[in-house]
Amino acid sequence: MEIAFVGHVDHGKSTIVGRLLADTGSLPQGKLDQIRAFCEANARPFEYAFLLDALRNERAQGITIDVARVFFKSGGRAYTIHDTPGHAEFLKNMVSGAARADAALLVLDGHEGVQENSRRHAYLLSMLGIRQVAVLVNKMDLLDRDQGAFDALVDSFGRHLARFELVPSHWIPVVGRTGENLAARSGEMAWYHGPTLLEALAGFEAARPLEELPFRLPVQDVYKFTANGDTRRIVAGTVESGRAEPGDELVFHPSGKRSRIRSLEAFPGPGPAIVSAGMACGFTLEEPVYLARGEVAAKAGEPGPVCANRFRASLFWLGKRPLHSGRDYLLKLGTARVRARLERIVRVLDASSLEPRETPEAVARHEVGEVVLRLARPIAFDPGQLPPAMSRFVLVDDFEISGGGLLLEGLAEGVASGRAARFNQRPLVILLAQEGKGGAHDHGLDLALSDAGRAVYPLPALMAPFHKERLTRMAEQARLLLDAGLLVLLPVSEPRWTDLDALKGMLPEGRLKVVWIGDGPAPAGLHADLAVDPREDRTLSRAILRWTGVDAAEAVSPLETGH
Amino acid sequence: MHHLDQLENRSIHILREAYSSFRKLGMLWSIGKDSTVMLWLARKAFFGHVPFPLIHVDTTFKIPEMIAYRDRLVREWGLRLIVGTNHAALAAGDTFPSGKVDRITCCRLLKTEAMKTALAGGPGEEPFTGIIAGIRADEEGSRSKERTFSPRTRESDWDVDDQPPEFWNQYKTDFAPGTHVRIHPLLDWTELDIWEYIGREGIPTVSLYYDQGDGRRYRSLGCHPCTTPIESTAKNVQEIIAELSTGKLSGIAERSGRAQDKDDAGGLETLRRDGYM
Ligand SMILES: Nc1nc2c(ncn2[C@@H]2O[C@H](COP(=O)(O)OP(=O)(O)O)[C@@H](O)[C@H]2O)c(=O)[nH]1
Repeated sequence: MEIAFVGHVDHGKSTIVGRLLADTGSLPQGKLDQIRAFCEANARPFEYAFLLDALRNERAQGITIDVARVFFKSGGRAYTIHDTPGHAEFLKNMVSGAARADAALLVLDGHEGVQENSRRHAYLLSMLGIRQVAVLVNKMDLLDRDQGAFDALVDSFGRHLARFELVPSHWIPVVGRTGENLAARSGEMAWYHGPTLLEALAGFEAARPLEELPFRLPVQDVYKFTANGDTRRIVAGTVESGRAEPGDELVFHPSGKRSRIRSLEAFPGPGPAIVSAGMACGFTLEEPVYLARGEVAAKAGEPGPVCANRFRASLFWLGKRPLHSGRDYLLKLGTARVRARLERIVRVLDASSLEPRETPEAVARHEVGEVVLRLARPIAFDPGQLPPAMSRFVLVDDFEISGGGLLLEGLAEGVASGRAARFNQRPLVILLAQEGKGGAHDHGLDLALSDAGRAVYPLPALMAPFHKERLTRMAEQARLLLDAGLLVLLPVSEPRWTDLDALKGMLPEGRLKVVWIGDGPAPAGLHADLAVDPREDRTLSRAILRWTGVDAAEAVSPLETGH
Repeated sequence: MHHLDQLENRSIHILREAYSSFRKLGMLWSIGKDSTVMLWLARKAFFGHVPFPLIHVDTTFKIPEMIAYRDRLVREWGLRLIVGTNHAALAAGDTFPSGKVDRITCCRLLKTEAMKTALAGGPGEEPFTGIIAGIRADEEGSRSKERTFSPRTRESDWDVDDQPPEFWNQYKTDFAPGTHVRIHPLLDWTELDIWEYIGREGIPTVSLYYDQGDGRRYRSLGCHPCTTPIESTAKNVQEIIAELSTGKLSGIAERSGRAQDKDDAGGLETLRRDGYM
């Protein structure tokens, strides 16, 4: 389990970590005595902080500690504590996921009270989306282990944290030097009934091993190498999480295409019986579905990824040119590669001072920000960092990787069009106005469109008289179907044009096409986008396919490669 | 996951990223153990195929056994091979020690220049935009500064101090026209990893790597005038692994038998800025 350890300098981080190592029996044999003897010999008071320094200096002891990480075991669980050497490194490590934290401990000197970095670090935790946080109110000995003083701190700092939606799961009064309420309960703070630090740690939920998460495989490529009579069509990619085996049904996102795995391939064969997280693998499919690089394979029956084209994201910027809304960037996540724009900056911090900036217009080099990004087309991702590769992205500015971050959540409008992306179509309402009675079915139109791969919903024909009430209900239905990503056919017979104008006003902008089906030109009041002869149904279905197709220019480039 | 499996999976992923990202891709094959491991990994990545040409820079001073081994694998594995040779320099006698230039210049002419010519593509062909090379970070100082996807200018120059960041398996696959990218799938492998993998996979290697009875073997292969064997009685892969594991060679640089690394301080880095592998 990965724990980030933050707090203002001198508030007692090193002391607490040192104590924790000592009290959980995680120290190399004789280490503690050695440091004690050293302190005595040099007439210095013993400090647990020295212990960490000493361990750091002999990195051969790597089992317990390395540059910025401390390892220990307790209650059958292995912990890695990520120390915070400096803001800039910390930020980069944290945001870049080099140090993926499942939870965080914030150390606060109860005597000195809340300091600048207490606030900043707390703010960072919230920005990075770390939800499991415990606050250690340290040096309670200097507050006479007094409950009133503790409560006052909890109250004032708690209110501050709530401002950025950070709600610690525990506030623990501790004395780092004596180890009170760290591994063992303090006898002198009987008023405290909450968990000790170790108990709080045990209560944190650990990230699950990657193999146990839902299956995710970003498609790297589809190979059809024909040399030596090879007829296999192999989908290649690296498994980011979960496992899969022949017979499993896969769903590809965002296209929504499905097929079962026929075989797992490898060279020299035979392929493995099962593939799991970390394996660069390849498989053939039962159905010859057309796939592009950037799609993500998930397993039917397991939770799928989110598809969206608008996101809230936290990112750090390394580019020489600041990130701003006037430029096009390339976003790369997994194997997807999409044009991206900065839509809005939510907040920005300077990475070394951690100073939030007022009304930022751009994210400059070495700054960290929370932003809203908009992509040219939806991609599949998994918020919440699990598996990490499914939420981590980089932004490319002018050929250079200039920033990286985490997608935190898909945003409303983007999620709706994500649903549409699953159907690989642009949702539209096609109003089919015609002279006689009869619906789309008569023309075989919905069948023709379904055959071409469109997800179609033909509404029953709307016939006169057109009460306001009926139109409103019809518009409501159409809006729902649009939101679900469908192509809606709405036949209308013998309409009065003014009634149709009212209907148009009730549908989302740009989501309605009006077709006149009849001999001769469309009536002027109809404002038809197209007029077709009832006998020429091909013209109509082709026009609708064109309107509802996903912009060809936005399709990903390398599709299938043959040799 | 086993350490070697981790390395293998990562390298395969990188090779596939390279193949998806570059229209004109080639792999440098020196015939040595590293680039042959890389070739083996390519066959794994592409399920028995090698969907790009191999480029071998032939100085004509290579040890003859290397060429025989090369031609045998080309035949048996169905490889496409491009051989780059600087015929002009050879004709002019611009070689070392037989000719009239110093060692580093000979390297630059017969290797770097020959390679640049090969990478420019034949007449009427596009130049290569992605070049896969089998360097490892633990081999030698300047190589430890490398990135997995490392951009080069049109002149093949390498700007060591201004390199793009690499994180989360996201590599530099976008590049300005006229520039190209070197791809290094073996950057994280060590010499020991390479030998353990050769042993595990049964990858064919040149016998020059093994002691043939005179107590000497080559640790790194190059041109015969500038490459010397090391003292070692390791006669097979297992004995090399044992030798490396005991740390017997840890005080000796892997490329210590390669004279061009020593000629001036940072000789290889100078060559590499200029486009050398
Ligand atoms: N009185 C008291 N002093 C403490 C306690 N914990 C740490 N200190 C002292 O606070 C100082 C700073 O502690 P240190 O662990 O180095 O802080 P860091 O900078 O956050 O790592 C040291 O002199 C510690 O001995 C505590 O619980 N009570």
